[in-house]
Amino acid sequence: MWDYSEKVREHFFNPKNSGPLDEANGIGDVGSIKCGDALRLMLKVNPESEVIEDAHFQTFGCGSAIASSSALTEIIKGKTLDEALKVSNQDIADYLDGLPPEKMHCSVMGREALQAAVANYRGEVWTDDHEEGDLVCKCFAIDAVMIEDTIRANGLKTREEVTNYTKAGGGCSACHEKIEDVLIAVNGRLYSSEPKPKKSPLAVPGESPVKPKLTNYQRIRKIEDTLEALRPMLQRDHGDVTLVEVDGKKIYVALTGACQGCSMESATLGGIQAKLVEALGELVQVLPVAALAHA
Amino acid sequence: MKPIYMDNNATTACDPAVVEAMLPFFTEQFGNASSIHSFGAQVGKALKEARGKVQALLGAAHDSEIVFTSCGTESDATAILSALKAYPERRTVITTVVEHPAILTLCDYLEKEDYIVHRLRVDKKGRVDLDEYKSLLNDRVAIVSIMWANNETGTLFPVEEMAEMAHEKGILFHTDAVQAVGKVPIDLKNTKIDLLSLSGHKLHAPKGIGVLYVRRNTRFRPLLRGGHQERGRRAGTENSASIVGLGVACDLAAQHMDAENTVVKKLRDRLERGILAKVKNAFVNGDLHYRLPNTASIAFEYVEGEGILLLLNKEGIAASSGSACTSGSLEPSHVMRAMGIPYTAAHGTIRFSLSRYNTEEEVDRVIAAVPPIIAQLRKLSPYWSGEGPVTNLEQAFQPEYA
Ligand SMILES: Cc1ncc(COP(=O)(O)O)c(C=O)c1O
Repeated sequence: MWDYSEKVREHFFNPKNSGPLDEANGIGDVGSIKCGDALRLMLKVNPESEVIEDAHFQTFGCGSAIASSSALTEIIKGKTLDEALKVSNQDIADYLDGLPPEKMHCSVMGREALQAAVANYRGEVWTDDHEEGDLVCKCFAIDAVMIEDTIRANGLKTREEVTNYTKAGGGCSACHEKIEDVLIAVNGRLYSSEPKPKKSPLAVPGESPVKPKLTNYQRIRKIEDTLEALRPMLQRDHGDVTLVEVDGKKIYVALTGACQGCSMESATLGGIQAKLVEALGELVQVLPVAALAHA
Repeated sequence: MKPIYMDNNATTACDPAVVEAMLPFFTEQFGNASSIHSFGAQVGKALKEARGKVQALLGAAHDSEIVFTSCGTESDATAILSALKAYPERRTVITTVVEHPAILTLCDYLEKEDYIVHRLRVDKKGRVDLDEYKSLLNDRVAIVSIMWANNETGTLFPVEEMAEMAHEKGILFHTDAVQAVGKVPIDLKNTKIDLLSLSGHKLHAPKGIGVLYVRRNTRFRPLLRGGHQERGRRAGTENSASIVGLGVACDLAAQHMDAENTVVKKLRDRLERGILAKVKNAFVNGDLHYRLPNTASIAFEYVEGEGILLLLNKEGIAASSGSACTSGSLEPSHVMRAMGIPYTAAHGTIRFSLSRYNTEEEVDRVIAAVPPIIAQLRKLSPYWSGEGPVTNLEQAFQPEYA
């Protein structure tokens, strides 16, 4: 069974604001046949202030779809429509202390229902342009449609490029075969990775192929630079990372924001470790600060 | 209250007698069956006995037709890949759309390798069309692989008849009998089935032990080559403890075969009747007249399976859903889709699979627990209003679908 957070369980077993809302003046119906979820969001909006005075939901969906709907209604009550529209999928997931990657689509549905309900209140027509595919990368919750679109938009050819553009495959690497399948489906064939630049034929004979050993200072600079390069990717998901301590082969980092305690914390640490091993050319272990306290 | 386990098609509890028989093989009987010394010899003897017990349950003509593997999935893959290697000029596989992923995912992969795969479709009760099947049998087919019983609905397939038909055309026939072994009588020597897969953990033996039955004189190519274990057909030191456990489990299954088809079947029927009497807009999936005695697949319309499972779990009841959301894929179960079950029902399908350990009292507890759970979830469902599905067109839920 899923490893749901306490918060998710709480909102599933005792959902808030469920059932019809008779005085609703904005209703959003959305759904996805594929994943079997469908949601009706009902808003009672104050016409003067545009404040959402009440919000109810009805959901046909799995445990986290129901919990996400319940969370959404709690988050948006008391907000103005414009404020409510700023609520992101990640905000809904954060409110629930994280969702398993396979279930992130449940929070997407909540956000879409909100857009649909606001459009309905304003007398506009809302159309859904969101299409969902099978989950490919479990570490970063990236689906096939997203990968396909990115390959097409950017003319990507290799698995490495897909990882750089979408993050898919940047964690445990188990999905690399699936990513290659998507590449073949889009491009009709698989291009091999860029050939590694050949060593200059002018290289001094006898020069050691081994990287020169870094000084302590250089090594720490390198670690900092590597982490710096990773930050934008984490920040996109409302997370961040800072270096705390380097103790030989052990590198302690603090994950903050959405990364902290999130269901993907260990995947994130693993991803950081892989990058550091690559940059330093030596085996190192990346640990959360909490491990320092016990060290 | 004691939890109730009704998810025996997923896996079963090891029978205590099985565990007891296995224990010495972790301690004093640790020898390698291939060794000359007495440590090995005793283990070798125990393996032979176990092989005989599996042979008896399957009604195989020879004990050398039993090849121990690591699981049902390995047996399935070995059977199909062996046929393709043994008959390289034949590049077609025939199977069904409702097989277990152990077969379907392998077939998807084979298609990428330019093999041709025909997947027989099923009707709304989950049955294949034998005329369609017949029309596909020709000398380009390397192997036919049809499950004996479907894991989600329990629907049985006429594999004996289908094996005859394949045999007439000189085509190998494999059946994934993982769900059937121990639940329905099998007598392989009187069939034309060439290859059969079973998995220990579905019949009260441990996980991680399987069997591939290979009829004598079947052209065979091993998946794992190495030592001479299993007469060179499956290399790797034998999992002696589990093989011994499987032997005992097969003995017990033979002893309980009648009870499975009378006592357990009665419990299953009581469960279905009890639930359907109290919950409207619910129905049983599969071929009601030709299915496993232990399996009940019930579709509850307008609610989603995972919610039901979470609430059942809270009441100490373990079942499973054919719905997607529990498996990590977003699609509803491929079996429900293949049968054309509307998605509002497919997503709300729950499988209760019983065993000889379930009691009438447990069945009655489940019958009492289910109706309020369905009612609670329907209250949350946009497709439901008060006492029934939304019918008023004005209010009808018509979401903007992606
Ligand atoms: C019909 C069928 N085939 C194959 C398998 C796979 O067996 P195993 O788990 O031993 O690999 C299962 C188990 O779920 C099954 O139900």
